[in-house]
Amino acid sequence: MSQFLNILLYVQISLSTICLYRIIRGPSIPDRMVGVDIFGILVVGVCAIISIQTGRSFILDIGIAWIILSFIGTLTLAKYLTGKKLNE
Amino acid sequence: MKEIISIVFITVGVLFNLLGCIGILRLPDTYNRLQAATKAVTLGCCSILVGVIFHFGLSDAATKAFIAIPILFFGSTVAAHALIRGTYHFGITLGDKCVKDDYKEAIK
Repeated sequence: MSQFLNILLYVQISLSTICLYRIIRGPSIPDRMVGVDIFGILVVGVCAIISIQTGRSFILDIGIAWIILSFIGTLTLAKYLTGKKLNE
Repeated sequence: MKEIISIVFITVGVLFNLLGCIGILRLPDTYNRLQAATKAVTLGCCSILVGVIFHFGLSDAATKAFIAIPILFFGSTVAAHALIRGTYHFGITLGDKCVKDDYKEAIK
């Protein structure tokens, strides 16, 4: 059972590598931001599987903090794309 | 029994993530990529967290996963909406095969 979970963990980590491909290769700026957004969500899944593997719960705290920081970062990047300042 | 349910939820989640990442690689347009990836990947990671809840039972780790699910769900969808709006205002046009653009009349 733990072996199968290991395989799932490696699959999840390689999926985040696909997002890195989109960040590096993306033809336009919004494509790269899509890659950053999806990468931030996938890392939470990696954190959850690692917390099952090791049996420790503090790794889920890292996941929650990562979600919130990724949310704020994506909102800031979207505001930058519209070309306005942050307070209008 | 608990282990089996948890493994099933995590497997379904990783499959959804796989489909979303194939969408990121293969789809032709920025908007297509964003909508495919955000829906599939958000649902997949929520499913993985549900698997974590089933694995740990009634403990602190399950509580943390239970808190993480709504934050992930609402946070990522709102962020994707803002990102797609910013993309439109940035000047990226729709793809060649797209036939209808309602937002163009809406912001006029």
